[in-house]
Amino acid sequence: MVGIVEARSLESRLDPRAAQFQKNRTDVLEQLAEIERLLQEAAAGGGPKAHARLAGRGKMPIRERISLLLDPDTPFLELNPLTAWHSKYTVGGGLVAGIGTVSGTECLVMGNDPSVLGGAITQFAGKKIMRALQVARENRLPYIQFVESAGGDLRGDPDPERTLITQIEHFGESGRLFYEITELSKLGIPSVSLVFGSSTAGGAYQPGMSDYNIFIRNQSKVFLGGPPLVKMATGEESDDETLGGAQMHAEVSGLADYLAEDELDGLRICREVISHLNWSKLGPGPTMPADEPVHDPEELLGLVSRDLRQPVDVREVIARVVDGSRFEEFKARYGMTLICGWASVHGFPVGILGNNGTLFSDSSEKAAQFIQLCNQINVPLIFLHNITGYMVGREYEHSGIVKNGSKMINAVSNSEVPHISVILGSSYGAGNYGMSGRGFNTRFTFLWPTAKIAIMGPKQMAGVIGIVRRGSAARAGIEFDEAEEAERAAGVEDFAERQSLALYATSRVADDGVIDPRDTRTTIAAALSACHSNKVEGSRSFGVFRM
Amino acid sequence: MISKLLIANRGEIARRVIRTAHDMGIRTVAIYAESDADAPFVTDAGEAWSLDGRTSAETYLDAAKVLDIAKRSGADAVHPGYGFLSENAGFARAVMDAGMTWVGPPPEAVAAMGDKLSAKRLADTVGVPTLASSTDPAAAGDVGYPLLVKAAAGGGGKGMRVVATPDELEAAVAAARREAGTSFGDDTVFLERYLGRPRHVEIQILGDAHGGLVHLGERECSIQRRHQKIIEEAPSPVVTPALRAQMGEAALRLAAALDYQSAGTVEFLVDGGGDGDGEDATFWFLEVNTRLQVEHPVTEAVILVAGTPLDLVREQLRVAMGEPLGYTQDDVVLRGHAVEARLYAEDPGNDFLPAIGTVVAWEESTSPTVRYDSGVHTGSVVGVEFDPMLAKVIAYAPTRTEAALRLALALERTRVQGLVTNRDFLVATLRTPAFLAGDTTTDFIDRVRPPRRHQPSDSQMRTAAVLAALWQQGQNRLAATALRTLPSGWRNSAMPPQRLDLLVGDDTIGVRYAIRRDGAFDVTFASVDGFASTATVVEHRADGIDAVLDGRRVSASVRRDGARFLVHGPDGDLELIEQPRFPDPRAELPSGGLQSPMPGRVLEVRAAAGDRVAKGQVLVVMEAMKMEHHLAAGADGVVAEVRVAVGDQVDGGALLLVVDVPDAPDEA
Repeated sequence: MVGIVEARSLESRLDPRAAQFQKNRTDVLEQLAEIERLLQEAAAGGGPKAHARLAGRGKMPIRERISLLLDPDTPFLELNPLTAWHSKYTVGGGLVAGIGTVSGTECLVMGNDPSVLGGAITQFAGKKIMRALQVARENRLPYIQFVESAGGDLRGDPDPERTLITQIEHFGESGRLFYEITELSKLGIPSVSLVFGSSTAGGAYQPGMSDYNIFIRNQSKVFLGGPPLVKMATGEESDDETLGGAQMHAEVSGLADYLAEDELDGLRICREVISHLNWSKLGPGPTMPADEPVHDPEELLGLVSRDLRQPVDVREVIARVVDGSRFEEFKARYGMTLICGWASVHGFPVGILGNNGTLFSDSSEKAAQFIQLCNQINVPLIFLHNITGYMVGREYEHSGIVKNGSKMINAVSNSEVPHISVILGSSYGAGNYGMSGRGFNTRFTFLWPTAKIAIMGPKQMAGVIGIVRRGSAARAGIEFDEAEEAERAAGVEDFAERQSLALYATSRVADDGVIDPRDTRTTIAAALSACHSNKVEGSRSFGVFRM
Repeated sequence: MISKLLIANRGEIARRVIRTAHDMGIRTVAIYAESDADAPFVTDAGEAWSLDGRTSAETYLDAAKVLDIAKRSGADAVHPGYGFLSENAGFARAVMDAGMTWVGPPPEAVAAMGDKLSAKRLADTVGVPTLASSTDPAAAGDVGYPLLVKAAAGGGGKGMRVVATPDELEAAVAAARREAGTSFGDDTVFLERYLGRPRHVEIQILGDAHGGLVHLGERECSIQRRHQKIIEEAPSPVVTPALRAQMGEAALRLAAALDYQSAGTVEFLVDGGGDGDGEDATFWFLEVNTRLQVEHPVTEAVILVAGTPLDLVREQLRVAMGEPLGYTQDDVVLRGHAVEARLYAEDPGNDFLPAIGTVVAWEESTSPTVRYDSGVHTGSVVGVEFDPMLAKVIAYAPTRTEAALRLALALERTRVQGLVTNRDFLVATLRTPAFLAGDTTTDFIDRVRPPRRHQPSDSQMRTAAVLAALWQQGQNRLAATALRTLPSGWRNSAMPPQRLDLLVGDDTIGVRYAIRRDGAFDVTFASVDGFASTATVVEHRADGIDAVLDGRRVSASVRRDGARFLVHGPDGDLELIEQPRFPDPRAELPSGGLQSPMPGRVLEVRAAAGDRVAKGQVLVVMEAMKMEHHLAAGADGVVAEVRVAVGDQVDGGALLLVVDVPDAPDEA
């Protein structure tokens, strides 16, 4: 590792003995305990009975399979572990996806959990698979899928009429999964399918479109139509093994490239395949010293309050995330509601943008300039969100807050270095866009348990709706029932609040997962390392505009 | 004067002689066989010459070659060590004829005592009691059973057989002749009355060219396996001053009759005296060894001459140079007690068969301090050609018990890894109540049965397994291609722990560990329900680890050799074998296959393809490490294939022969 470190370490003004700090910490630990419980629930999958049944057939649980595949003692960054939280499906969505090191190569590993609905693909699972493929594509990560799926979840809603009215997905749009696997191959990103069980009908195209296929003797079953369908279609009598067994595919059809004797053998072969890929990352890799922060990351727990009303100095977060707490602040005395500067995380140089209040014209312009500078020097960007939005009001509209905010959003949109967002507290409205929200080609988005993402704050939303309703009541000359409004507003606020919560977002695969604040540094590093599998190059369309 | 000494030997004794020679200002010349090219004695010597050969016969036993090198190197003296040419009178004479000094007794004495039969006759003449014996197998009845078949030119247990009944005699004589022929180039054997539970006690003698002659007391060498000594001590627990004087006088009578010069040993069997007072003990003459003994260091440890410790090699060299001893029997004083153990590369669990391999790690104990006369260092290869002794370890203490326990602890704390050794057996033997009580007879091992293998406790195995796993964990992190600085095995969800399955002896220990936020590891074991442990790595090094395991701070050296972890830690040496994460599903050895236990030469093939053979029937006889090995059928069956022929050199583990076992139970 090289790199001369000129930046000084940040100082901290945090008082860990303060009552507010202690309360915040207690609150977050309570939330983390619930998240830990949910992670255990996700790991339990379909429950002990389902696992016992699979074990009886010599099958390992999905997490055991993945653990054995990974290089010993290497990190594994699971993506979206709490998908389908608060839905009718099992937490996790019956699927495990993440980034791990296999034979020295960072790969995207995705696998069905056969203990959950036999690995059937629900809407949640579908969204999670597509996200996994996107991560593989954008970061140029070899893609490994453990296939064992009953196929699409064909069970309809108990109320078919409601489904017809509300459902907007259509079969005509499906199949993107297969397209994306093929596209990976075209982009030079290898795909490996290790088929642990059934991969039938449409699912047969998962191995079908992969570069490498490993089938397991007496276990993999791959066919377009199973014995019942064949019987219905042509009258032919057949069985699973002759129709689509592993040995048949290895010796007759050629769909399998490798025939494994058992699950462990399959995992071994998979590691062999990755080891021959001759893979090298295109990014420069860590170049700076990766010493621990000077300030204790444990203190990140007491920074953000649950109701988000307490101001947070984002530099206290930076001081507990970056190498040696070293931070070279850019334009420290200008546009001070947005902190910009350079640091490194586990040796990867980064540019950091962190909110220290509402975005104004000056802070927006500062962001636009900083983003362009980072593009010029090919340095990835970390966005630390705690933003209620851009400033509103006559004075600010007059001074061009829309225009200046747009410069920031423009710079974010056209930036080509990797972006990683960590949402610490609020991420509301256009503030979410300017800070490289999910819609802005952010490579990775992680949430603290305290995160809230919405078009605006729930209280503001309830208030706004109230004002609008009062206005229309006045125009119509109807007497406005304040008591009824108060009740309605409370309902709106409650609904908006629940929809804005971190767990709700993560359940919908609107991010990559809720993290323990103390893991921020490690999580960012794992994500950055994945980003460095691809080129790390900024946009060069213009010279840097001085703002 | 001797200015340059050639040591016609190898291993620890070559080093031992070199050490003293250098201390006396004498330059040294080593000679070496191919497999000894990197041995420590070669580099210890002032110069070293290749013998250009592999086997004993081609190298250290080839008198002409040795003599030629002695001349060409400009040596003016030859020290023969023990074994090889040390008791070859012809060689001694040739050395002297070439104008060089022979460091040993006169060739006449060597010749007279080299033939054990004439030695016995001489003993009879000077009134030293001897056991009944005969050279004629037909006279076996006169000697009486049980009897011992011995090589006349032998030593070190080679060419020796115990015969309990007349029907075993013929085969024993044949085998002894063959072994004697290979080892000593002389296949003469004789029969001797065999005592059941004697002690082996020997008197060290020393004589000069001026008629000076002393004895240096006795050594007891009763702890033997395969008729070879493995633990020796001085003084003997049953020899009283009166008996010592009696035996010493007998030895000196023999020495005087031989006009003995240099160091020598008169061996006796002692019967009785078990209650420790030596009153009822009787002794019989066994033989005279006209050379330095392997176990000479115990004498050096306990003998003071005019208040100064004695160096027997120095005395040999002084006598060879014509100096008088300069002291008399009255100057010789005995103090304290010394015990020596011979550390061998051999498997006590497999009938003490030699076990070849590489000394992957060798470290001598620094506390307690003991004397090591070692022939190896880290990286030494122990092959089939020569004796597999690695080192002699000698402990001295004021009392016998202290010396034995000191030696046991030193052995336990010695790091010797990579091959199977008798270390744990030696430690166990030294600590048996029988040994500590001095109840030592030549049948000690069969009678007392110290454990052949050391079975570490569950907690010792777990400790070693955790240390190995966490050390490997550190190695893995250092070797990581990506994210090297992240916490080891970091997870952001509920994933199974890291795993390493290790085989310790016959037990598999599945170590499961996961890093905690504070950097410590939560450790569990796959095989032990509910046993959880906490481990903190204090320091990870390329060659070891310091860790705190449940409050116990431990430091261990860890070395990796293929799949093996060689842990040298608080509980001594432990070897753990990593069980592959992905077992190889490829087929194993054909059932009924007969494998070579170690590299060696095929002496006999007693079956041909198509032969019906019975379980236990000897099918192949091999010679390896100078010993014969009888390889028997594992089950009844028909020989399907013979893959070797007489005279073939085969590797350890080589498939020699396949027996088709009908209706063999499927082991899979």
